[in-house]
Amino acid sequence: MPILVDNNTRLVVQGITGREGAFHTGRMLESGTRVVAGVTPGKGGQEAQGVPIFNTVGEAVRETGANASVIFVPAAFSGDAIFESLDAGIETICCITEGVPVHDMLKVSNYLPLKDATLIGPNCPGVISPGKSNVSIMPRDIFTPGNVGVVSRSGTLTYQVVNELTQRHIGQSSAVGIGGDPIIGTSFVEILEKFEADPETECVVMIGEIGGNAEQLASEYVQGEMRTPVVSYIAGFTAPEGKTMGHAGAIVSGGESTAQAKSEALQRAGIRAATNPSEVGSLVAEALGVRS
Amino acid sequence: MDLYEHQGKELLRSYGLETLDGVVATTPEEAREAAQSLGGTVAIKAQVLTGGRGKAGGIKVVHSPEEAEEAARRILGMDIKGHTVRRVLVESGAEISSEMYLSVTVDRQEKKPLILFSTEGGVDIEEVAERDPEAIVRLYVDPLLGLLPFQLRQLGFSAGLEGEVAKGVGRTLTNLYKAFEGSDASLVEINPLAVTNDGRVLTLDSKVTIDDSSLFRHQEIADLHDVAAADPGEQRAQEAGLQYVKLEGNVGILGNGAGLVMSTLDVVAQAGGEPANFCDVGGGADAERISTALDIVTSNPKVESVLFNIFGGITRGDEVARGLLSALDRTDLDLPIVVRLDGTNATEGREILAENTPPNVHTEETMLDAARRAVELAREGGR
Repeated sequence: MPILVDNNTRLVVQGITGREGAFHTGRMLESGTRVVAGVTPGKGGQEAQGVPIFNTVGEAVRETGANASVIFVPAAFSGDAIFESLDAGIETICCITEGVPVHDMLKVSNYLPLKDATLIGPNCPGVISPGKSNVSIMPRDIFTPGNVGVVSRSGTLTYQVVNELTQRHIGQSSAVGIGGDPIIGTSFVEILEKFEADPETECVVMIGEIGGNAEQLASEYVQGEMRTPVVSYIAGFTAPEGKTMGHAGAIVSGGESTAQAKSEALQRAGIRAATNPSEVGSLVAEALGVRS
Repeated sequence: MDLYEHQGKELLRSYGLETLDGVVATTPEEAREAAQSLGGTVAIKAQVLTGGRGKAGGIKVVHSPEEAEEAARRILGMDIKGHTVRRVLVESGAEISSEMYLSVTVDRQEKKPLILFSTEGGVDIEEVAERDPEAIVRLYVDPLLGLLPFQLRQLGFSAGLEGEVAKGVGRTLTNLYKAFEGSDASLVEINPLAVTNDGRVLTLDSKVTIDDSSLFRHQEIADLHDVAAADPGEQRAQEAGLQYVKLEGNVGILGNGAGLVMSTLDVVAQAGGEPANFCDVGGGADAERISTALDIVTSNPKVESVLFNIFGGITRGDEVARGLLSALDRTDLDLPIVVRLDGTNATEGREILAENTPPNVHTEETMLDAARRAVELAREGGR
């Protein structure tokens, strides 16, 4: 079974008339996603690609019963866009935008627990449940429905690994890009819990990188609570200290933030760890007992 | 973005924190004049964006304008951990009775601002944390509520502060939190926070890091960015909107997506090579972007071979191949370039490359093979 988004997902696109918003709305529609509304303040009443546009998320929810949102608005307005979705009662919010100020995310993150909602991102590729719903900017052609869950801090590494799985005829239940920022709505552990609770997900791939200690927390969870096998990969062994490696959250600042420390935590927890992205495919096949 | 000490102090002063009087000097003569106008004992402090300048001889306490000039002459131009000193801060002296530590940072796990305070200041806080964790008071702030008065009392009592010092620290922290919030900082650190013999609480040294993502709403801080101190390649990349970090090796690396590029660096190291840089060209197959990135990467004289690692996603492999060819057309590079193309339409992309590439371009199917090839070519010496 998929997690987070499925056939019941009714999506509203915040920033539907922007360049990125418009492009990916088209792709999500082609994937069969039920895009029920778009929001662009001032363009309410118009249509984009056959999707009705509203001035506010509140109005979109009232008129269309939207229960998920995806955010493409510029970074300066993304915090506000998340609050607007939360206020309108949206259950699943994916914020694609990169470069959202950390202080905006501090406020969002501390408001989030007061609402019954899940925020994925920001600075993430979104969530795809192959064959069911695509709330993402991920290239859907490389995905195929199946029973492997994927959770990752990096977009392109997710594609790399999923492509590897698909070529081995190993399908995916859902793939979740949780985002490359220092403060994100949902981290590894919460996604692992969802995959663990899904009886059909038979293996989970977790792709981590330098910065923070989310991989260590995930290792503890996997060791203590999870029965589903987990295969992991960590990027950034060669990253120098104090330099941001593309993702705002990918920075080595000593201690737990290094790839080495994360890798050791994974090994202590008995998690299968790949030394390069290609090896993930064979480790998953091994975990599933599939002949490659 | 890291601020120099004098910039950080100016920012903190604007939020009501107390510092010593100081003047920035770029020449020994200016330092002498500054010492003259400040009078008495002054400190000459190297302005560099790295720690450990004291140990490196970058701070000198002097007692006359002549000594100030002499000290500045020695310190200006000094190299501290690869940073050239181009400015010194000439700062008045003070009679110090004790040194403390105070900072506000962002705790990624708790998703809250974290205040750290210790009565043991002037030393590395990580050392204190290791030696005597009890000596550090930790306090989380709910960013929706801000710092509350009871938390100031809590901190004062936990740390055993009394009287004027407790009040002074409370005032300092209130203002420091305002500075943290108001300037979108990810770190504001005062170490040492000094108590003077006459009971004042002073910011003696500061470290301020501003969240790069928020600079659009702090133009006055963005303007402080020191172009001269940045690596020229990193500076150019920033202007072109590319993510580039210079490293020490000889295998130049480009790719699409931060995670994939980080991973490429690792695989090159596993193959026995040393990455020369990190460079994320982002999605798409814009020839202009790719040629700019190639130019930045290869302008590093250490680079002997280039590894271009692309995963075709929404931008298909054939489009990427055409983009790359058109980018190569614009340059006259003769360094060996190894291209690894995978993902959507990768086969078509590889065919296009195979038919049209100049002899210095090699294509590989897997990341590992590509890394090995690039390392071999670098070893043979590409230039």
